[in-house]
Amino acid sequence: MSILHLAVKSLSNRKTTALLTIFSIAISVALLLGVERVRVEARNSFTSTVSGTDLVVGARSSSLNLLLYSVFHIGNATNNITWETYQDLSSNRAVAWTIPIALGDSHQGYRVVGTTQTMFEHFRFGDDQPIRFRNGKPFDDLYDAVIGSEVAAVLGYQVGQEVVLSHGVESRALQEHQDKPFRVAGVLTPTGTPMDRVIMISLEGIEALHIDWVNGAAPNALFSVSADRARAMDLQPSSITAYFVGLKSRVAAFRYQRDVNDYRQEALTAILPGVALGELWQLVGSAEKALLAVSVMVVIAGLVGMLTTILTSLNERRREMAILRSVGARPGHIFTLMITESLIYAITGTLLGFVMMYGMLFAIQPVLQMHLGLHITIAMPGLFELLLAGAIVVAATILGAVPAWRAYKNSLADGLTVRL
Amino acid sequence: MSSLRQPVIHLKGVQFGWKPGTVVLDIPELLVNQGEKVFIRGPSGSGKTTLLGLLGGVLTPVAGDVSVLGNDIGCFSSARRDHFRADHIGFIFQMFNLIPYLSVIENVTLPLGFARKRRENVQSMGADAGQEAIRLLNHLELTDTQLLQRPVTELSIGQQQRVAAARALIGRPELVIADEPTSALDSDTREAFIRLLFAECEAAGSTLVFVSHDSALESLFDRSVALNEINRASQHRPLSAEASEVV
Repeated sequence: MSILHLAVKSLSNRKTTALLTIFSIAISVALLLGVERVRVEARNSFTSTVSGTDLVVGARSSSLNLLLYSVFHIGNATNNITWETYQDLSSNRAVAWTIPIALGDSHQGYRVVGTTQTMFEHFRFGDDQPIRFRNGKPFDDLYDAVIGSEVAAVLGYQVGQEVVLSHGVESRALQEHQDKPFRVAGVLTPTGTPMDRVIMISLEGIEALHIDWVNGAAPNALFSVSADRARAMDLQPSSITAYFVGLKSRVAAFRYQRDVNDYRQEALTAILPGVALGELWQLVGSAEKALLAVSVMVVIAGLVGMLTTILTSLNERRREMAILRSVGARPGHIFTLMITESLIYAITGTLLGFVMMYGMLFAIQPVLQMHLGLHITIAMPGLFELLLAGAIVVAATILGAVPAWRAYKNSLADGLTVRL
Repeated sequence: MSSLRQPVIHLKGVQFGWKPGTVVLDIPELLVNQGEKVFIRGPSGSGKTTLLGLLGGVLTPVAGDVSVLGNDIGCFSSARRDHFRADHIGFIFQMFNLIPYLSVIENVTLPLGFARKRRENVQSMGADAGQEAIRLLNHLELTDTQLLQRPVTELSIGQQQRVAAARALIGRPELVIADEPTSALDSDTREAFIRLLFAECEAAGSTLVFVSHDSALESLFDRSVALNEINRASQHRPLSAEASEVV
């Protein structure tokens, strides 16, 4: 009978504790692997909040600030870009397409983004995904709006719903654009990006909202322009907040960036969104490291639990060891038996952990996709996961050497004496 | 096994003490010949455990030679003594000396996993381990196949001891050492057990050393040795004998 066979039999004789030990290791492994997977996916998802866009251009500010207001709609632009400048820079030969955005209005805490049809054509996020519609279609009419999935879900809006936008982005004391209500023309699918929390209207719509405003103040009844009258007026915007640029060739990115940064008529900043997103993740991503550290601790706790189980069993198994010695087992066999036991715990625990993790992923993947737009790819374990599994098994072996060594010493001291 | 009266155990001037300066065992000479069934009478405290430790190669003498099957095992490395014990000696202990989580057959065949020579002995008889185990168990009057399937913990103590005997005998070790194997049995089963053990030792050509404090069984054996008489340790220090029982 092989040592492995003996170890398996011995463990199955102590089924309850053995299974509990394996289970606790499995849970800790599943947690660690799950956290690692979510961490990687969250980072991927975050750093690809914008993809396919080569540069983001806005008024001169820090790259982080520009990224925050243009992509995440957090905070405010320091300044606007004049329409002329935008026209000039977007007609650069290197430019393939641009998506202008105009910020400043909101609705129930959600940002209004004024943009053009190019948004639906060229904007990409994640793994080169375009914006898709769950219902409806892009804005067509002047007073059409497209809303993100979260806006639709939280406010319960559907296509055809009338929406009154507010001036400014403060949560209180807003002035409403009551005279020019918008109609929801389309609802987007979840993206897991700030796009879920926007209300998009045309640049002309933004212009129409403010056509009768003077110096940022609402008009009195005398000077106000009705929604219908606004349609007939010149709605050419005078400025935008920022714009996204797609270049014909990525090689031109640095040159175009320099052109923008050196633009004489206006102080502008162009950022590479991928780089800026990476920098931002460095800031917000430290939580992920804490999470990973915690799950590593949980694995250590699981392994220490195993050590405790084995050490506790040692005394009651002294007789067993002495019998094995008397039938010819050498102290080395006893050592191997105990190490094998630790390995069985570690390997089955780790395997079960993988099974649990994959089970969990399959269970939560659709939920995450639907509610958070976070797509978690279920792939075969990668190198990191395999290294992790290897490290756990190695750690278990090292820990297992402690009781194995004790059993070895015991069996040397006890000899063949079977004590009652 | 060629010559009939080959010494299996030969102790010469063997001294052993757990601590330097104390002697718990001092045997000028002990000779057990091949095929003998020797009864060693040892009340508790007579150095019995120590003697078995020396014969099994778990302990090494402070002085003198412990020769088993013509090998001075005191000179062996501990690993070699372990191999030697596994290959050549079968042990039967007092009680509870079966592995509780193994079946009857697995318990009997257990030594074969550790002793190549005994495994070869079984093979040379043209049987596999399981068949040989069943054969031995049958000879020891454990014939109920139902019984052999059950966990060993459900067997009676008498049955357990017969399983232990089969385990000691499998693969025909040259020497079988029994340490109070009958102490938990009642007097009827005790004698029956010993007769079965004798028969199997004879069939296997094994020498039997039977250690017990119970002199009622003495008459059944070829020869009887009183450990008190051959052990001169008490002449060194009257109290030192106590130590052997404690450790």
